[in-house]
Amino acid sequence: MKQVTEMNIIVLIKQVPDPREYVRIREDGTLDREKTRGLINDCDKSALEAALRLKERYGCRVTAISMGPPKAEDALREALAMGIDDAVLISDRRARGSDTLATSYVLYKAIEKLGKFDLIICGAESSDGGTAQVGPELAEFLGIPQATFVEDFEVEGNHILLRRRMDGGHEKLRLAMPALITVLKEINKPRTTTFSGILRAMNMPISIWSLEDIGAEVDKVGLSGSPTKIMKIEKVNLRRRKILIEGDNVEEKVNNLLRILREEGVLSEVV
Amino acid sequence: MKDYSGVWVYAEHDGNAISRSTLEIMGKGRELASRLGVELSVVLFGYGVSDLVETLIEYGADNVYVSDDERLKYYKTLNYAKLLTELIRRHRPEIVLFAASYKGRDLAPRVAASLRTGLTANCIDLDIGDFEDREKGERFEKILYQIVPAYGGNVVATIITPYHRPQIATVRPGNFQVPEKFPGKGKVFQINFGSEDWDDDVEVLEVERDEEDSKLEKARVIVGVGVGARGSEGVKILKRLAEALGGTLGATRPVVDAGLLPHECMIGETGKVVRPELYLACGISGAAHHMIGVRGAKVIIAINKDPKSPICEAADYIVIGDIFEVVPKLLEKLGKHGDAL
Ligand SMILES: Cc1cc2nc3c(=O)[nH]c(=O)nc-3n(C[C@H](O)[C@H](O)[C@H](O)COP(=O)(O)OP(=O)(O)OC[C@H]3O[C@@H](n4cnc5c(N)ncnc54)[C@H](O)[C@@H]3O)c2cc1C
Ligand SMILES: Cc1cc2nc3c(=O)[nH]c(=O)nc-3n(C[C@H](O)[C@H](O)[C@H](O)COP(=O)(O)OP(=O)(O)OC[C@H]3O[C@@H](n4cnc5c(N)ncnc54)[C@H](O)[C@@H]3O)c2cc1C
Repeated sequence: MKQVTEMNIIVLIKQVPDPREYVRIREDGTLDREKTRGLINDCDKSALEAALRLKERYGCRVTAISMGPPKAEDALREALAMGIDDAVLISDRRARGSDTLATSYVLYKAIEKLGKFDLIICGAESSDGGTAQVGPELAEFLGIPQATFVEDFEVEGNHILLRRRMDGGHEKLRLAMPALITVLKEINKPRTTTFSGILRAMNMPISIWSLEDIGAEVDKVGLSGSPTKIMKIEKVNLRRRKILIEGDNVEEKVNNLLRILREEGVLSEVV
Repeated sequence: MKDYSGVWVYAEHDGNAISRSTLEIMGKGRELASRLGVELSVVLFGYGVSDLVETLIEYGADNVYVSDDERLKYYKTLNYAKLLTELIRRHRPEIVLFAASYKGRDLAPRVAASLRTGLTANCIDLDIGDFEDREKGERFEKILYQIVPAYGGNVVATIITPYHRPQIATVRPGNFQVPEKFPGKGKVFQINFGSEDWDDDVEVLEVERDEEDSKLEKARVIVGVGVGARGSEGVKILKRLAEALGGTLGATRPVVDAGLLPHECMIGETGKVVRPELYLACGISGAAHHMIGVRGAKVIIAINKDPKSPICEAADYIVIGDIFEVVPKLLEKLGKHGDAL
């Protein structure tokens, strides 16, 4: 049985636009991320925290990987400041516009290049694309077991014991490592970075890899290599009749409201 | 690509009944299949599930591929994915639909990646249409339009998978009505698989059922609780209102984040999609994130004290007023003249 101390953990982090900021949508339907402030996706921060807790307990090695534009380096710098050991950024203009299959393919090639790992921790879903597909698709590329929407887990020898959210309840599973899990943000409360952590991270290297570096085939990535395409984007029309219910006082308004409920027949079976 | 044909739905169930979301998707799947002039097939995996085949046929399945096996008693990603992928490789459907449930979102990406095809997440609508790729000079007829909310619900994107088959999508529960029964041809195929395919890297230790099936999806009346309810006092009177109207409570995200109501009550882009007869939005500003979840409501009535609030554009009827005055008055009248309706 492998000692937990030899464990290599990979955490996948995505830089997402600050949800409070306005993001421009490009002609081709992708987001213009260049001008917005980027944050580490919520549940990816929890994924980092979970890995760091294992590291503190058992001394494992934690590597964070991100694919994104050059400024995604900020996200990795923050992860280093939180306390991870190594950071890898896959940044290549040709990867822009990758869908989930292309993204997970690139991450797969990068992980293959890194070599050995025991556990991969992803966020359950991103706050922008929000498909929750990258984790399971990556696990399929790697041919390893997965558990998604994990709320709690621990390492036990060569296995992960975990509790995951399921339709209508929860499930407890035992997974043989190497494995991939995707965690919900509720799994923990991520630490904030300390001043000394930030200082330390400033001097740590971040590997920046291109598609060639990881041996990824160019025709499988980017807008053209992605099987899904955005055909068009339209405004949704949420407008309705907007009829004001009149009345000089609350009493009158409520009477009119009751009359309308009756007329609309929406409450015919009630009372 | 020409040799891919048919619409498939992956059936979810709890061992006793086919899940509501599966029936919803079958309704849509039936419609897509008739527009394409192809058959609707449903895949059913589990143990002791043979009784459920009947339901699938009643709701329109032309073919049911069923694997009833003790080893399928618990949902296990690897085995389910392997089995389903193999079935898809063999029969080549052009479209495969899953519910965007926890299970569906666990299984579908595994299958799509294995088949190296696209997967569109959380669709709120599906349609059939054409596409011309001007760059490559290619034309596609009758492909699947997969419609998803994007960037906060203000816009919807139509996503297509023109060059790969099958076209796979997960569909948000609550978007389509459960269809009228409409029996399909109902051919049943038993699927067997060899033990060499079996994977035991995952063990299910325990299954906890801690939520009763949510009331929201079935509710005829939903009273929506917004930040305007100002805490538990407001929630209490809105709960009484919901009871008086024979309905149940829904909520906006900040209300759920504040712990005033459980997560299952959240409606919107990141919550549930509902289609009640009446949605009564109380103290809700009407953000697109939230309103995308009640698009299917027959009537939306808003009670809000601010006439400039965006909900006033997105409601059928608006009562301008303070919920702490309007709702108690409403309760009083509903109580006193219960037969007033
Ligand atoms: C509105 C919108 C809708 C979209 N719909 C689809 C769709 O239906 N199908 C489709 O295939 N693509 C879709 N995309 C594209 C998709 O968002 C991108 O492929 C994106 O790069 C990854 O998917 P995600 O953001 O959904 O991540 P998710 O799958 O939700 O992310 C889960 C986890 O995977 C990891 N991860 C994800 N991306 C990265 C990364 N770049 N680097 C490191 N780790 C990462 C993180 O741990 C993250 O928490 C959509 C994009 C947008 C903006
Ligand atoms: C990525 C993302 C995803 C999101 N997903 C969702 C989602 O799925 N669902 C969701 O709901 N939200 C979601 N949100 C949040 C959403 O953008 C809005 O912030 C939220 O819906 C607002 O909730 P609210 O209407 O209750 O509160 P507010 O916007 O604060 O509105 C309160 C309203 O109450 C009125 N009011 C106050 N007091 C009273 C009173 N006494 N009587 C009558 N009226 C009163 C005010 O006039 C105001 O209109 C999401 C946000 C992001 C960034």
